[in-house]
Amino acid sequence: MRRERRWSALPATLAAIALLATPALEAPTIAADDPGALEPLMALLAQRRHGIADFEETQYLAALKQPLHSAGVLTYEAPDHLEQRTLKPRARSMVLDQGMLRLQSGSRQRTLRLRDYPEIAPLIDSVRATLAGDQAALEQRFELRLQGDLDHWQLQLRPREPKLAAMVQHIRIAGERDAILQVEVQQSDGDRSLMIIKPRE
Amino acid sequence: MKGARLATLAVWLLAVALALSVVARARFSADLSAFLPRTPSATQQLLVDQLQNGLAAHLILIGIEGGDAVQRAQAARALDASLSAQSAFLAVNDGDAAGAERDRAFVFAHRYALGPAVTPDRFTVAGLHAALEQSLDDLIGSPAGLLAKALLMSDPTGETLQIIDQLDAGGAPHSEQGVWSSADGQRALLIAETRAAGSDTDGQARALALIKSSFAAAAPASGQLRLLLSGPAVFAVAARATIEHEAKRLSIVSSVLIATLLLLVYRSVTTLLLGLLPVVSGALTGVAAVALGAGVVHGVTLGFGITLIGESVDYSIYLFVQSHRGIDRGPLQVPARLWPTIGLGMLTSVCGFASLLPSSFPGLAQLGLYSIAGLIAAAAVTRWVLPQLLPQRLRMRDLAPFGAAAARLLSKLRGLGVVVIVLGLASAAFLYFHRGQLWNRDLAALSPVAASAQALDGELRSELGAPDISNLVVISGQDQESVLQRAETVSRRLDSLVATGEIGGYDSPSRYLPSRSTQAARLASLPDAVTLRQRLGAATASLPLRPEALQEFVRAVEAARSDAPLDRTALEHTSLALALDALLWRQAGHWYALLPLRANRSGPAGGDIDIGRVRAALSANPPGTVVALNMKQETDALYGSYLREAVRLSLCGLGAIILLLAVVLRSAARVARVIVPLALAVLVVGAGLILSNVQLTILHLIGLLLIVAVGSNYALFFDQRASAGSRADLPLTLASLLVANAATAIGFGVLAFSRVPVLSALGMTVAPGALLALWFSALLGPRALFVDAPAPSRA
Repeated sequence: MRRERRWSALPATLAAIALLATPALEAPTIAADDPGALEPLMALLAQRRHGIADFEETQYLAALKQPLHSAGVLTYEAPDHLEQRTLKPRARSMVLDQGMLRLQSGSRQRTLRLRDYPEIAPLIDSVRATLAGDQAALEQRFELRLQGDLDHWQLQLRPREPKLAAMVQHIRIAGERDAILQVEVQQSDGDRSLMIIKPRE
Repeated sequence: MKGARLATLAVWLLAVALALSVVARARFSADLSAFLPRTPSATQQLLVDQLQNGLAAHLILIGIEGGDAVQRAQAARALDASLSAQSAFLAVNDGDAAGAERDRAFVFAHRYALGPAVTPDRFTVAGLHAALEQSLDDLIGSPAGLLAKALLMSDPTGETLQIIDQLDAGGAPHSEQGVWSSADGQRALLIAETRAAGSDTDGQARALALIKSSFAAAAPASGQLRLLLSGPAVFAVAARATIEHEAKRLSIVSSVLIATLLLLVYRSVTTLLLGLLPVVSGALTGVAAVALGAGVVHGVTLGFGITLIGESVDYSIYLFVQSHRGIDRGPLQVPARLWPTIGLGMLTSVCGFASLLPSSFPGLAQLGLYSIAGLIAAAAVTRWVLPQLLPQRLRMRDLAPFGAAAARLLSKLRGLGVVVIVLGLASAAFLYFHRGQLWNRDLAALSPVAASAQALDGELRSELGAPDISNLVVISGQDQESVLQRAETVSRRLDSLVATGEIGGYDSPSRYLPSRSTQAARLASLPDAVTLRQRLGAATASLPLRPEALQEFVRAVEAARSDAPLDRTALEHTSLALALDALLWRQAGHWYALLPLRANRSGPAGGDIDIGRVRAALSANPPGTVVALNMKQETDALYGSYLREAVRLSLCGLGAIILLLAVVLRSAARVARVIVPLALAVLVVGAGLILSNVQLTILHLIGLLLIVAVGSNYALFFDQRASAGSRADLPLTLASLLVANAATAIGFGVLAFSRVPVLSALGMTVAPGALLALWFSALLGPRALFVDAPAPSRA
C-alpha cells in the first residue's frame, strides 16, 4: 500500500559523505592520464582500514547570497561504517552503518535503508567499491579518469546512469597515496561544493 | 388400508420433493459470517464490518519467491501490468519507480491542499522566515545540494517533505530491482485491491484465480518462481474450499463406513437402502429447514450435518433389528414399546439441539435447526413410511446370537459399574482441579485458516507495511465530508497522544484526502503573488537566501489559490487512492473512516496501546460516531460471550432433557438411571480431552451436550426394558443398540479427522462420548439386564 515516497536530499548527501570519508594528506599534483595507475591505487585504498579527519565544507549555490560554510568530523571504519558529524553552524549527524543510514538534526531523527533508494544506491555502492578498491564495480557505474601518480592523484567520476548524470556532472576526488584530502562535487546546473579534509594523525 | 399406505407414501414423496426444491434454491455461504454474531451490538457491528468489508478486507498480499532477484522483479512487473488491465482489480501496486514517481508528482502538485502545516501563520513574514531557515538548514551537511536544493527553490516552506514524512510514518517496504521486496530481499511483493467486496467470496475467488493464471503467464517457464497469496480474501476462499471439500469427503467416508457396517449387519442391499431412507429424508429436511429459517446455509452446517447421518440411521436400526423375528419365524413384529422409546429418545435429542436455536453464534443456531428438523423427519419416516415399504419377510441376518453374546459379556462386566462411578468421580475431580485451563478463549481456535497460512499473512503484512488493525478508531457519519472532518478532529486528539507517547502513531484517511473545508481553509491561507513577494523580501533580509531564487515558489502558491478541492477521483492511479479506499468507505448509506493506531514501542504501555486512554481522549465526540477498538479484545470478548452463552444454553438444554424425562417417566429414580451414566460419560470425555492437551472450545461444549442428547437413546432403551420387566427381547435390543452406537460413533468419529476445527472438535467429543454413554448406561443399568442373561435364542 505504501510507496516509496521519500525524496529527501539525505541519501544524496550520504553519497557525498561516503566519498569524503577517507582521510587524506595534501593536494594532488596533476600528471598525464595513466590508466595503468588505477589498479595500484585501488589496492592501496583497500588496505586502509579506518580513519578520522576534520572537514570543512563550502557550498556555492546560485540561490544563496553567500557561500554556505560548515565543518565537522569524518570517521571511517572498513568496510561499511561512515560518519559525518557536522558541528558548525549546527549539530547534525549522518551515520552509515551496514547499509542503514541514520540521520539526526536536533530532535528529528530518521533511519533509512540505502537500497530503498535505487536512484542513489548505485552512487553509494560505487563509493563502497572505491573504498574497498573494487575497480570493476566502480567502472560499472562511472567513467573513471585518473590523473597524477600514487603520491599525488586525482580521480574523476562521471555518472553513467542518466538520472544521476542529470544531477551530478562529475565528482573529483584528490588524494595522496591511501588518503583522500579533497572532494569536489560539480552539479549539472553549475552549483558546486568543495570539502577539504584534514586527517588527524 | 392400502389407501392409507398410498396416502402416507404420497405425503412423504411430496415432502421430499418440496425439500428438494427448497434445497435447490438455497444460498450457501462459507465466509466468516458463520462465526459472527447474528444480532451484534454497535461495537460488534463495527468489528463485523471490519472483518467483512473494512480495511484490507479486499486487499490481496502477493509474494513471489524462488529464482533470482531479476526474475522475481520481472515477474512482479509483468503480474502488475496484467492485473492492472483487469477490471476485477481496483488497483495493483508492486512499488515500481513509475508508481513512486506518480505519487511524488501528485503530492508535489497538491502540496498546499494536502500539507498539514499549511496555515495563515505559515505565510506571514515570521512564518516564512522560520520555514526558510529550516529548509536552509537541510542544505547543511548536504554538500551536493541535489534534491534539497530543488525543493528549496520550488517548495521552500517544505510542505512536500511534511506530507511525505506524515505518509511515510508507517514505514515503506524495501525495494529490490525496482520493485517491493521483503527485508531479506528473497521475496518480491505486490499488493492488489479487488473490486469485489471482502464478503463476496465468489468475486474474491475469481480475483485469486486471475492472479494465479496471470502469474503462470508472467513467470518464466523454468518454474523456479513460486506465488504466495494472502489476505482475508485468500482466507475466505480457502476456508470455503476446505469446508466444502471436507463436508463432501467426510460425508462420503462416513456414508461408506456406515453402509458397510449395515451391510455386514443386514446382509441385504434392500434393507440397507430402506435403512438409509430416513437419513436422506432427514438430511434434506434439515437443509431445507435451515434455508427457509435462516435464508443462507453456512458451509459449516453441512459439515455438522454429517453427524445427523450417524444418529438418524439409528432409528431404522432399532426398527429392523428389534422387529426381526428371524427368517424362519414369521413376519416382522414391531415391539410394543419401540415407538414410544424411539420417540422419547428423539425428543431428548431435540431438546438438546433446541437449546442451540437462540444462540447468537449463527453456526450453532443452524446446527440446532438442521438437527431438529432432520431428526424429526428421520424419526417420522422411520415410524410411518418405512413400515409401509418393508417386505413381509425382511431378509436380514438374525442378530439374536450376537446380542446374547453381548448380554453375557455384560453380565461378566457387571462389577465394573463401580469402576465407572469411580472413573467419573475422578474425572470430575480432575476437571475441577484444572478448571482454570479448561477453555480455549481464543477465537482463532475456531478459525478454519491453518496456522501456517496465518503466519505467512503476518510476514507479508509486515513486509508490505500493510496496516495492522489490532487497534483502531472507527468514525461513522452521514456523508464523506462529515466523516473526514471528524477524522481531522480525532487526528488532532491523537497527535497529542503521540506527543505524550501514549501511542506511537496513527494513520487517517484525511491525510490522503483532507475534508473539503480543510482544503479550502488551507488554500485560503495562501497570500497572493504581490503580498507573498513582499513578505519573502522581508523574510529573507536576514537569511543567506536570495528572494529572486524563489520565483517558482511564488508562481506555485499563486496557482494553488485557485485550485478546486481534491476529491477521490483526483487520487486515481496513485497509491494514495489505495490507502484512502482502505481507510474510508461507504456502507449501507453510512460513511466510515478508519484510523489504525500504532503502538509506541518505548511507551508507558510497553509496546501496547491502552485503548481505554485513547477512548478517554476521544470522549468529547458525539457518542456513537467515534469508537476506539482493540480488535483482539473485541474478538475475544465476542468469543467469550459465545462461550458464556453456550454454557447457559447447554445447561438449559440439559434441564429441558431432565424435565422431559421426568414428565414422561414420572419417576426420579428412572430419570437418575438415565441421566447418571450420561453425566459420567460427559465427565470422562471432558477429562480425556484435557488429558490429551485439547483445550475446550465452544464446539467441545456443544459436543458434551450432544453426548447427553444422543446417549439418552441408549439409556432409555435400558430403562424401558427394566421397567417393562421383560427380558425376552434383551438380546435383540442390545444388538440394535450396539449397531446403532457403532453407526453414531462412525458418524462423529469421521468428523474428528476433519481439518476444520469446529467439525473435529465436535467429532472428537461426541464419538467417544457416544461409546461411553452406551457402555456406562449398560454397566450402571437396571439389575434386570443382567440376571439370567438368556442363552442364544437359536440354540
